[in-house]
Amino acid sequence: MTTKNVPVISFKNICKDYNTGSQTYRALKDVSFDIYKNEFVAIMGPSGSGKSTMMHIMGALDRATSGQYILKGKDISEYDEDALAEIRNREIGFVFQSFNLLRRTSVLKNVERPMMYANVPPAQRTERAIKALTLVGLETKAENLSNNISGGQIQRVAIARALVMNPSIILADEPTGNLDSKTAHTIMDFFQKLNAQGNTIVLITHEDDIAAYAKRVIRLHDGTIKSDTMNSKKRYANR
Amino acid sequence: MQIGELFITALVALRSNILRTLLTMLGIIIGIAAVILIISLGQGATKAITDQISSFGTNLIIIFPGSLSQGPSGTAGVKTLTVADAEAIQNTNPSLNIRSVSPIVTRSFQVVANGQKVNASVQGVADTYAQMQTISTIQGTFITADSVSGLSRIAVLGYQAAIDLFGEGSDVVGQIVKIDNRSFRVIGVANQKGASGFVNPDDYIYVPYTTAMKILLGQDFVQTILVETKNTNIIDQTMEDIRSLLITRHKIADGADPDFSLRSSKDALSTLGTITGLLTSLLAGIAAISLVVGGIGIMNIMLVTVTERTKEVGLLKALGAKRKDILLQFLIESVVLTLSGGAIGIAIGVGASYGITKVANIPFIVSLSSLALAVGVSTIVGLVFGIYPAKKAADLQPIDALRYE
Repeated sequence: MTTKNVPVISFKNICKDYNTGSQTYRALKDVSFDIYKNEFVAIMGPSGSGKSTMMHIMGALDRATSGQYILKGKDISEYDEDALAEIRNREIGFVFQSFNLLRRTSVLKNVERPMMYANVPPAQRTERAIKALTLVGLETKAENLSNNISGGQIQRVAIARALVMNPSIILADEPTGNLDSKTAHTIMDFFQKLNAQGNTIVLITHEDDIAAYAKRVIRLHDGTIKSDTMNSKKRYANR
Repeated sequence: MQIGELFITALVALRSNILRTLLTMLGIIIGIAAVILIISLGQGATKAITDQISSFGTNLIIIFPGSLSQGPSGTAGVKTLTVADAEAIQNTNPSLNIRSVSPIVTRSFQVVANGQKVNASVQGVADTYAQMQTISTIQGTFITADSVSGLSRIAVLGYQAAIDLFGEGSDVVGQIVKIDNRSFRVIGVANQKGASGFVNPDDYIYVPYTTAMKILLGQDFVQTILVETKNTNIIDQTMEDIRSLLITRHKIADGADPDFSLRSSKDALSTLGTITGLLTSLLAGIAAISLVVGGIGIMNIMLVTVTERTKEVGLLKALGAKRKDILLQFLIESVVLTLSGGAIGIAIGVGASYGITKVANIPFIVSLSSLALAVGVSTIVGLVFGIYPAKKAADLQPIDALRYE
């Protein structure tokens, strides 16, 4: 894999149970894997396979029932809510399928938001946000309201926002789910470029042709890892 | 996040649904406007009345015959006060506190002059009365000491009485008026005083009390005695002095009810202050109920807002918002809501008060304390009724919020 020996993300025997009334449902069953710096991993599986649960735990949005989640060498399994908020703020850049941006708020303010929670001074915030927007080619849309830009542009703004705190990983949950295939491939092209620049990317998807952009594919089934393979037929967008 | 940024964020959120924001604020707007209006009108009315009382002098003592404790009717037809009493008060030792004394007799008479017939309240007063009641003359002179001692058949017309009898702008000095068919020569016209409660001194006709008692009334007692002290501070002491003097003069037994009563204009002021104060706080209390109702409306809408924006909360939490960030955001939103409502309410209340005071011709007063109260109350309503919805938002779990459809 890579030469680094400390993984960015390390799942050790992670289990996640949900209580539905009297019954307990185990969504993740003893899952273990490592993700190293500069990897581009696609997590795949049909609905109900546990990939959303995995995304929530990996994104520090939820805690595992048992097992250890080690992020950059630190076990964060027992962190409290505010400590997890800080992890999400500094270590993880989210790109969601939908409802990525605050409505009636400018593109710039959307990108600045994580830095507000990190108490970055306002001048520096704007500078960093513009830089991130330039990276996704949307610096001219900075003052536009988020509801006045296209779906593809929304995802690019979300990517800019995910990058702005220099997180350890970018966690994208079905980022192309709401896009037409042409735009979807443009977005995937972006992720590939970001990966080439050294960013670690974890992509949750159920579409094979989207997962095809990743270097490594983890397939989940019924809460367990069915396969974990390097992608031999890596796809590139038409450039 | 800094508080200032939270305020801007809150304003953006509230501006996005302006109609709902306005409707939500309505309770607060009405409540604050009512409180401001009521306090302003109350203060204006109080000032109007106290000004009027003060214009009659704040260092006056009025002596009534009979006992006021039996109600106003207790003084009617009581004949215990005499000119001699008034002279004794004037000449009492030590009388250093007393500036002047005037016996007063009064009755309504038909007054005829210049072919006009009016019913006027004829006031028999001493020469000192003008100074005590700050009466000046716009024509001629007021009653003099000589005309009092000489029982002169002279009269000074009140401002309106002169107009009623002789028409506006006429030179009336030297004219003859017939009071109860007896001729009096007009020597002056008093300046305009304005009505005060049920009495309007502008309708009065002043004659020397000696003349009134002998010729018009045929009585040897007086209705009231008016005493002016040298300053306001010594009123209470002077009242005590007069009381003991009159008790001695009237040979009132120890512990018996005196056959006279004393009132000072200061008493009247403080009684009035109590009544208007009570009335103002009562009305303001009723207005405060509307603020509570308004607050409940705010809480209701904020709860709806939290539900509507569950996904937004989830997104913000994913971006690193802590519990307190979300709590503050929603709390500040409700405070901005109530504060804006308060500001609009203040504008409406002040505007309405300005209009009403202009129409009612009372002083327009908006005290800084009532504005501070309005701002304070708005903020508190926002905090109190905003805390529960804000807590609800802050307590949302990030995954539940993100999953919410």
